[in-house]
Formats: sequence, C-alpha cells, structure tokens
Amino acid sequence: MAEMTFIQALRAALSEEMRRDPQVFVMGEDVRAGTFAVTTGLVDEFGPERVRNTPISEAGFTGLAVGAAMIGYRPYVELTIASFCYVAMDMIVNQAAKNRFLFGGQAKVPAVFRFVEFSRSYAAAQHTDRPHSLFMAIPGLKIIAPTTPRDAKGLLKTAIRDDDPAVMFDDSTFWTRRGEVPEGDYTIPIGRASIAREGRDVTLVAIFTLYPALAAAEELEKEGVSVEVIDPLTLVPLDTETILASVAKTGRLVVSDMAHRTCSAASEVAALVAERGFRSLRAPIRRVCTPDVHIPYSPPLERQIYPDKDKLVAAVRDVLSA
Amino acid sequence: MAVEVQAERATYVEMLRRMLAIRTFEQKAEELLNRGEILGSMHSSIGQEAVCVGGCMAVRPDDYMTGHHRSHGHPIAKGADLKRLMAELLGRVTGVCHGKGGSMHLADFSVGSLGEAAIVGSSLPIAAGAGLAIKLSGSGKVCLAFFGDGASNTGIFHEALNLASIWKLPVVFLCENNQYAITTSIKISSAVQQIAHRASAYAMPGQVVDGQDVLAVHAAVRAAADRARAGEGPTLVEAMTYRYGEHSTRLRLPLYRSAEEVEAWKQRDPIVLFRGWIVERGLATADELAHLEDAVKADVEAAVEFAHQSPYPDLDSLWDDMYADPSPWRERPIG
Repeated sequence: MAEMTFIQALRAALSEEMRRDPQVFVMGEDVRAGTFAVTTGLVDEFGPERVRNTPISEAGFTGLAVGAAMIGYRPYVELTIASFCYVAMDMIVNQAAKNRFLFGGQAKVPAVFRFVEFSRSYAAAQHTDRPHSLFMAIPGLKIIAPTTPRDAKGLLKTAIRDDDPAVMFDDSTFWTRRGEVPEGDYTIPIGRASIAREGRDVTLVAIFTLYPALAAAEELEKEGVSVEVIDPLTLVPLDTETILASVAKTGRLVVSDMAHRTCSAASEVAALVAERGFRSLRAPIRRVCTPDVHIPYSPPLERQIYPDKDKLVAAVRDVLSA
Repeated sequence: MAVEVQAERATYVEMLRRMLAIRTFEQKAEELLNRGEILGSMHSSIGQEAVCVGGCMAVRPDDYMTGHHRSHGHPIAKGADLKRLMAELLGRVTGVCHGKGGSMHLADFSVGSLGEAAIVGSSLPIAAGAGLAIKLSGSGKVCLAFFGDGASNTGIFHEALNLASIWKLPVVFLCENNQYAITTSIKISSAVQQIAHRASAYAMPGQVVDGQDVLAVHAAVRAAADRARAGEGPTLVEAMTYRYGEHSTRLRLPLYRSAEEVEAWKQRDPIVLFRGWIVERGLATADELAHLEDAVKADVEAAVEFAHQSPYPDLDSLWDDMYADPSPWRERPIG
C-alpha cells in the first residue's frame, strides 16, 4: 500500500499500463506538460511518440484514437474539461460506440476517453458540465466513475485493458483526496459497485457524491440512523444487483447525483428500484441532484446548487419519516 | 519482357473487371431496391467506378481503406467478396457485417476495408488514426481515405488533414469530386472550386486528376502512396468525376443538373473509355471482354443467389458485438 492522491493514482495506472503494453499511448492537448497533472512526466519515460500533444482538435484526435484502436492500439485520450465533450461527440457516439456492432464484430475500439467534471471550479456554465448521464444513453460505451485514489487506479487499469470503448468521468474536487492505493498490478472489475459504508435503515446511492454521502451517514449515525452508502463506480454496466440487494435490506432509497436531475444517473437508479425493487420499498424514492439550471459563476451561488451533506441528511430524514 | 507484359495485362483486365463488377452490382442492387427487397438508404457509385478502382488498386491488398455513404464501390474495388456484400445489403446474417451495417456501413477487414461511414466527413479522422497506428507500428502500410466534395466543407476535414500533416501520417486523401452534395453545387458551397487547392493549407501536395480515367487515378494514388510509405506524409488527390444517378437510389428530386451536363459526362464514361483503351492497345479482344462482362454478371447473380439462400439474423444475435462480452446486457429482457 502507498498513500497517494487521486491524480497520482491515475498517473500510476497510466505509467504501469504503458510499461506493460507497448500498444498503450496517450493523446490530448498539452499532455506532455500535463495541464491537469495526470500525464505530467510520462513523456520522459515513454517518449513523444507515445505521449502525443495534439492541436485543439477534440473531434479530430478523438477520431484518430478510434482509428488507431480499430487496428490494435489502446489509446488513452485526455479530453480534459467535460464541457468540451460535445465537440468530440460524433466521434464518440457514431464511431467509438458503434463500430464493433456496425461492422459485425470486425472492429474493436479499446480506447479510454477521460472527461473531468469541474464542479465548484467557479468557471461558469461552459466549463462545469457533468454530462455522464448523457453518455449512459449511448449503448456500446462503458462508463467508469471512480471517486477514490484506489478506485481510480484499479478502474483505469481495467478500462485500458478492456476491449470496449470506455469513458471515464471524475470530479476535479477528488483530485487532492489522498488514500491508500495497492501497489503494482491492482485492478477493479468494471461493473461492480462498492459498498462504501454498511447500514440498515436507508440505502444512499451516491453518484459522484461519495464524500458528502459519507459525511451525511456519519452525522445521521449520531441520531441512531444507519445509512448504507453505495458508490456505483461503474455507471455502465450498472451493478444493479448490489443496489437491489441493499434496498431489499433497508426498504428505503435516496440517490444523489451531480448531474442535472432530468435523465440523470440517479433517475436510472430510481427507475431500476421502482421497477425491480418496488415491493421492498417502505417509502417513496428520493433523488438529490443538481437542479435543471446552468451553473452560475458567482461562487456563493454555485456552492449552493449541488447535492451536499445537508441536502442528503434532509433527504434521508424525509424517507425515514414517510 | 513477355512476363512483364502479361502481368500488366492481367492488372488492366482486373481493373476493368472490378469497374464492371461495381456497375453490375449497383444495377442489381437498384433493381432489388425497386422491388422492395432492399430497404433503407443506398447511394450508387455508377459513373465513379474509375476513382474507386484506380484508388484501391494503387494500394496493396493489405493496406487500409475508409469510405463514405456512397459505399459499394470502395469495398468491391478493394477486393471484397460480392456474395457477402450483397448479403449485407439484403440484411442477411452472412453479410460482411452480419446484417448489422447495411449498405452505408460496409466493411471487410480481410481486405483492409475499415468501414464506410454515413456521417459525411467522419471517416477522415478514422483514416488518419489508422495512419497513426501504421506509423507507431512501423508496418509500412498506408491508408487510403475516400471522401467527397461535400465532406471537404466539414470541420472534421480540417482537423483530420491538419493532424495527418503535422504528424506526417501515411494517408492518401482521395476526393471523389462529383460536384454535388445532394443537389447543392460546389459552385455555391465551396469557396474554392478545386478541393486540391485546400492541400496548401495543410502543407501537403494537392493534385487534380481526371476521375473518369482509371489509369490517371491509379498513377496519382500510387505516387501518393509511395510518398506516404517513404515517411513524407499525406497527399490530397482530387479526382473529378460524376454520379449518373440521384444522390440516393430512392430519391426523385426536381431537376438540379442540366440534361446537357449529365450527357456530357456520360460521353466520357469511365468503363467505355478504359475498355476502348484496352482493345486499342491489343491487351484483350472485344470477345474476351464480352466474356469478362458475362463472368461479372454471373458473379453478381451468384451473389444475389447466395444472399437469397442465407437466413436473416435471429433475435438472439441482436446483442452480438454490442460489447466484447455482451452477456450482462443480453440477460435483460427486450422491451
């Protein structure tokens, strides 16, 4: 075990995979310098051919990654700010996600596309999108959503080795989080949720909201309320069994998500439980999401709109009193 | 000397055979579409055969190729099996894409055909990505990227050509300039009238060739491929050509091209021109070419027969190739 930050864990995963497999390469804007630190220094070990700085051509280099992946390479593509995803969308949706199917299995697209969700970055509405749930509606992609350094390393390594295109989202507020990370060849399977905290009374499924969820659970414990916190870690395929088993035990569901409420990942979890776990429910399901408004610049205003500990505590109390 | 002449002769006859195969395949496909056997959208390459064949035969069988929605000519020219192409058009499980892709997404990786794409311009970065993989692996291959005059107005054209140029990727960008994006003439849609002029913006050579002359296309693409293999980067070749039919086979649009213009292009039919050239040079007799034509017709009929005898994909195959391991999804009920 080594203690490291979320960013260091991603860098460890990347350099280990690049050492292990010469087909892995990194591409994106300013990746040699590493604007957001993950890829900093990789060029020294792996050289400029495998750590490729691109022009500002998100659609172009995303498409190049798909083409290279189709004939055997495993590109890791840094797309940085998730609000930029829309300019690369055609390549991700119409090429990366579809080519295996469209061509009857002749193509595989083992690429990883990383997007960062910049909540609380005070950058206003064109830098702060949290679009992970849009991508959940695109069959053919796998979507990973690590929240801790350990999960970041384990899931990124698995995604790089996976033969399907994967989109990785993380929130910039996780980057300085420190945690114990297993050294060496440590992987986490795609499609398995983590029970971050066991509990009896309420299931709290936390999508990109693990830290406020754990804080809420701790506060509620003082009131004698036992909250089970589930971190899905993978949004596609979603670990439905772990969620359903937890709701079967607790009978109550709060689901929180940094996405806008409408068609959020939380909506999908709520629909899953309404459809397949209805008989376990002793109270209506509650979603705690970002409201359907754009992210405002004014820092005190922005800070109030996301799911936070207080909103989660209130939602848990709600479902307990229903 | 005699051996060389024989080899050249065989190459020329094969070029003509592939051009005939495209035309005959397209005519048969249109017949099947009009009979209601082929559904959906389909775009005929009739009139543009020399670009498809001149381009594909100028690269090696194991070189890569990407295409677009006018999609049948490219894989035929690259050497794909007509049976499996026709089966794909008819939605059969024996099709090149097992009935999942249809006309606009033909692909046959066994002959380097990495797929046709139905979003205009979108295959250009895929081709550049194949070029990047070639460069990283040092395999010495090239990728031939077909696109149309319409695609050259997309933003992705700019991104792909710029990236290919700055990284000196082994790609030949081959523009089939048929001068119309559906009904919109290049005269009112493009700031420059020759797409090859855009090459200078990417510091790559740009060359205009007669797209009805298969040998002219072949020579230009061969030179560009040699240059790419030598590590000198991409080239833009623009072949001036014409589609005889509508944008898509099903469309019946009000007239947007004059009868004189269409007729003038048909007067320079690529197959008639090349057949005449072969006979004139004594490389084959008219009789031999008539046999060749009959053989192509028989191949296309055999392809239709093969397709007709093949089953449609069953519902169980729906999830195949959604993911490397689609089992977590397959277990969910449909609906």
